[in-house]
Amino acid sequence: MTAMAPIPGRSTERSLAIRTSKLNLWYGTFQALFDVDLDIRQGIITSMIGPSGCGKSTFLRSVNRINERLGYVRTTGTIDVMGQNIMDPEVELVQVRKQIGMVFQRPNPLPISIRDNVLFGHRIHNAGKRDARSEEDGIVENALQTVLLWDKVKDKLDKKATALSLEEQQKLCIARLLPVKPGVLLMDEPCSALDPKGTEAVEELIWELRGEYTILIVTHNMAQARRASEECIFMLMGKVVEHDDTGQMFVTPKHKETADYIEGRYG
Amino acid sequence: MEQQSRQAVPRLDSDFDRLNRDWYIDKAVQVLVFLGGISAIVFIIGIFVFITKEGFGFLVGDFNFREFFFSPNWRPTSENRETFGILALIAGTASVTGLAMLVAIPFSLGAAVFIAEFASGKTREFLKVTVELLAAIPSVVWGFIGLAMMNPLIIKTFNVPVGLNVLNAGIILGLMAAPIMTSIAEDALKAVPDRYREAAEAMGATRWQVIYKVVLPAAKNGLLGAVLLGVGRGFGETMAVLMATGHSINIPTSVFDSVRALTATIAAELGETAAGSSHYQALFTIGIFLFVVTFIINLLADLVVRGVRKG
Repeated sequence: MTAMAPIPGRSTERSLAIRTSKLNLWYGTFQALFDVDLDIRQGIITSMIGPSGCGKSTFLRSVNRINERLGYVRTTGTIDVMGQNIMDPEVELVQVRKQIGMVFQRPNPLPISIRDNVLFGHRIHNAGKRDARSEEDGIVENALQTVLLWDKVKDKLDKKATALSLEEQQKLCIARLLPVKPGVLLMDEPCSALDPKGTEAVEELIWELRGEYTILIVTHNMAQARRASEECIFMLMGKVVEHDDTGQMFVTPKHKETADYIEGRYG
Repeated sequence: MEQQSRQAVPRLDSDFDRLNRDWYIDKAVQVLVFLGGISAIVFIIGIFVFITKEGFGFLVGDFNFREFFFSPNWRPTSENRETFGILALIAGTASVTGLAMLVAIPFSLGAAVFIAEFASGKTREFLKVTVELLAAIPSVVWGFIGLAMMNPLIIKTFNVPVGLNVLNAGIILGLMAAPIMTSIAEDALKAVPDRYREAAEAMGATRWQVIYKVVLPAAKNGLLGAVLLGVGRGFGETMAVLMATGHSINIPTSVFDSVRALTATIAAELGETAAGSSHYQALFTIGIFLFVVTFIINLLADLVVRGVRKG
């Protein structure tokens, strides 16, 4: 059950944001990913679905190599992001993570002010020279405008970010990625800690961001995958089963496992 | 009829008995635990009442607030006129504690950061055990190190006449306070949720950036608490400072001056005074002062550490 051949009719010239080949990953002795070959197109939203433990989060967390924090992870194969193999020992991790932003399941703003949260990545990647206050103000406003948070927080930028509501926190976590202009945004179940209203708001925001950013979003929620993504990847037991246009996959899945999962007979 | 009911009753009785026994045990344990719980408070109040009672005569009689706190002359056995000024003793304790903190803060903070953020597995366990071992060294042993090793070393290195001084005691006290400060600072760093580190790393922060931009600010209350407890430890330490300061009454102008600490004064003089004399009572007044100061420092440390848990 390897990755499927390119979908007929899809132009292969269209640039790819992420391309993996023969990606295998082990946590200690447990193999979590098996020969994952995926081509993720630039500028669209791709969702990853599958039952718990199928490896979708693991895949996501290998794309910015945050998996390596654990210390007992071993990977083989290649992951090309924007044409560069990020597994290459010569690649600088800091640069990889500048290009690839990540949003986590639980909103995790840093326990500093809203303003400092937005500027955190920007300051790291501009180490040495400190921008003028007015320039920083512009960056903060811009990022918060983009995530539709500006009007709500503009009067309390110096308040702690951890005091915001979960929905606002998650929006802030997206906003703080934008100033460093990443190409790819990885989202690991970004709405699962939010209430339905918050989910709707964050989903709308993600939808707005497509085009400018390539978005790869892991979700447990099939309705969310269906309404908020253009392509969809179904994974099972560490392998990619199906990768297709979202509409296509939900209407006429090619594999029996996909159909079972989508219709709720599995997982 | 009667016979029957009599047969039925004993069973009930024995059931009630069992309940009663459990009830008594329950009550007894409750009382024991309660006594254990309040014993600390009872002892603290008892000690405070005792030292206040002993120092009370001095406080209402000969006590002269200005002389006591602002005179550097501690002449409790003078033939002409006894003076009880503790300014020089406060200066001694403060200078030694201050230097000790200068020594202990970098050591303990560095050790805590290394143990909490960098070391893993066996190294980490080994370091933690070692730090705890260091905390268990008796203070008289530290005093001995100050007297027998640091003293000649300081005389030779800095070419000064006496090696028992602020520098000696400060270093010794700093090393003594460092282990407990390390433990508490490490707890504070460990209490910082891992998702903060993950968030910062995912944004491209290096390990060092994660530590000084995220972890240290998030743990700052706990770290401040660790320093305050170290200060409290330094203030109250007796034996090591008695042995390493040189024990001469002096307001220090350099780290090579010998000084005398508040605690050491009590330890050295109390055995030689007549119970109830002004000298005896003045020493107890110093005790009250120490008690109040350490109480305030510990209370502050507690409040500060509590602050970190709340927010």
